[in-house]
Amino acid sequence: MRLADHPILGKPVHGKPVTFDFDGRQLSGFEGEPIAAALRAASVAIHRYTKKYHSPRGIFCAIGRCTDCVMVVNGRPNVRTCVTPLEDGMTVRTQYGAGARSGEEEAK
Amino acid sequence: MTRYDLIVIGAGPAGLSAAAEAASHGLRVAVFDENARPGGQLFKQIHKFFGSKEHKAKIRGYDIGAELLGEAESLGVKVFLNAPVVGLYAGKEVAVNLGDEGMARFKGDTVVVATGASENMVTFDGWTLPGVMGAGAAQTMMNINRVRPGDRVLMLGSGNVGLVVGFQLLQAGCELVAVVDAAPRVGGYGVHASKLARCGVPFYLSHTIIRAEGGDRVTGVVVGRTDSRWNIVPGTEKRFDADTICIAVGLSPSTRLAQMAGCEMYDPAQGGGKLPVCDELTGETSIPGIYCSGDVSGIEEASSAMIEGRMSGAAVAHRLGYMDGREFERRLEGLERSLASLREGMFAPKNRGKTFEKTDEGFDIAAGLLGNGYLSDTEALRYPGVKSLPGIHPVIECTQNIPCNPCQDACPKGCIAVGANIVSLPVVNESAKCIGCGQCVASCSGQAVFLVNEDAGGGWATITAPYEFIPLPGKGESGRALDRAGNTICESEVVDVRVSPAFDHTCLLTFRVPKSECGRARFWKRGER
Repeated sequence: MRLADHPILGKPVHGKPVTFDFDGRQLSGFEGEPIAAALRAASVAIHRYTKKYHSPRGIFCAIGRCTDCVMVVNGRPNVRTCVTPLEDGMTVRTQYGAGARSGEEEAK
Repeated sequence: MTRYDLIVIGAGPAGLSAAAEAASHGLRVAVFDENARPGGQLFKQIHKFFGSKEHKAKIRGYDIGAELLGEAESLGVKVFLNAPVVGLYAGKEVAVNLGDEGMARFKGDTVVVATGASENMVTFDGWTLPGVMGAGAAQTMMNINRVRPGDRVLMLGSGNVGLVVGFQLLQAGCELVAVVDAAPRVGGYGVHASKLARCGVPFYLSHTIIRAEGGDRVTGVVVGRTDSRWNIVPGTEKRFDADTICIAVGLSPSTRLAQMAGCEMYDPAQGGGKLPVCDELTGETSIPGIYCSGDVSGIEEASSAMIEGRMSGAAVAHRLGYMDGREFERRLEGLERSLASLREGMFAPKNRGKTFEKTDEGFDIAAGLLGNGYLSDTEALRYPGVKSLPGIHPVIECTQNIPCNPCQDACPKGCIAVGANIVSLPVVNESAKCIGCGQCVASCSGQAVFLVNEDAGGGWATITAPYEFIPLPGKGESGRALDRAGNTICESEVVDVRVSPAFDHTCLLTFRVPKSECGRARFWKRGER
């Protein structure tokens, strides 16, 4: 998924490798890249589920306009992952509605 | 409250140009941008730009962006990043969200609104599924974040954004399963469509998306043919396996700050939402001292946005007394000329929505190009850049009046003439002697120039074509020669691979085909039939 090389842009220059927690899984990425890029590289497509219809959402505009890609980052909901730089040790959670817990979890 | 001579909102091509121009006359300038990096969308543009030398033609977008940013910074322009402007008031005050530092207010004696545009969307069943994204989003993912947006992509929209991003998807190693457009004709430059077609990408004009398939992400897409009233014709459904759908159906100006300031707005005849009423040259709005520059004042492209920004910057310098009347008039005249030359031809803003049957020179526009994305073998012969000559010579498959002339400047031997009007079709001069240097091939932003040697000996002809993919083939490597539609013609051996800093990442690939195929072979692909 990551572009190791490119005919025009050449090899990418990344920040230092870091790890982060995605829904309890440890994933790796590069410091400073958007959280969404690291998730895409790990083949994570679903960033959140809508509150009313529980329908999945992912990257849509990738420039911080549309808010489709918001997730719960370090406990804070509604963080635009396409424009928020990845940091070492971050926790990233799939967002359900406006929070971090799915409907089933809330019912308990 | 900090005061500046000029506050610019948006650090894209228009904003940075306005800032640099004003600062070059001694003004104190601040630029605010919501993004972490300056440049707007310029740094995502990895293709060579159109225009002429003064418009930085044949230079790639990111290099133009770096140069512009360097210029602004060296002139002392202060660029605030991660600093979204959330309010613009008639008194030329701006409210800026500085994140952890909280809200701040700044006052400008003048303000240039250069907020650009955002992508339009269309809705269909499944359009909210992960995997459906703007073409610009795909561009950001692959060219900035360096991650493939998907593996198998369908592009909706055949305007220049769809075509250019489509080609960039191929360069990033994605498979482009189709370009789909509800309109009956390719909307963008024919040369951009041809680049895709000869790589084998099919065009589905008069088609649109019926639905995206998939439970929690896109797994397929169903398209269907549209009738003249844009309804789907029953029984024409066609399904593609795809994990990504890119939407490239135009842009809308981001006018909210201008509206908030109370700038007078109008509804343009062609639709697309309200635009600020602006002075045609300087971009000054109904509020004296507030200017709109670039896409926010009407969608065009980055080259014209940069000139518009310069005009606004010069007007600001004049208004505040940093530039006298005569100097200002001279500057504006030069910029106006430069802008006017970009606004000519069949794709000019004034011609939007019109269809042309003939070029300015009277040649028929190729129906195959507009309907399939590529010239048919016979259509190609119609144009003044395509001639059968002895020895090696350029073949220029440039068939629409587009503002662009680097091929003329590139040739050291005078083989190519565009003339003073940069939208004219290039003409191959039969009496000049081509030396096969390939500068014209590398200079063409539309990748429409080939060097052809119709008789290279031994029954072979050679074709030299631009090649912007990796890995590069090696000399002697055998593969396939493809025609303009991307169909395999025959086996073909690479006889030369030329790479040079002067070609700026465009490799010149020379491959050989039987003499009879020299008018058809236009691309080389690795692998067997």
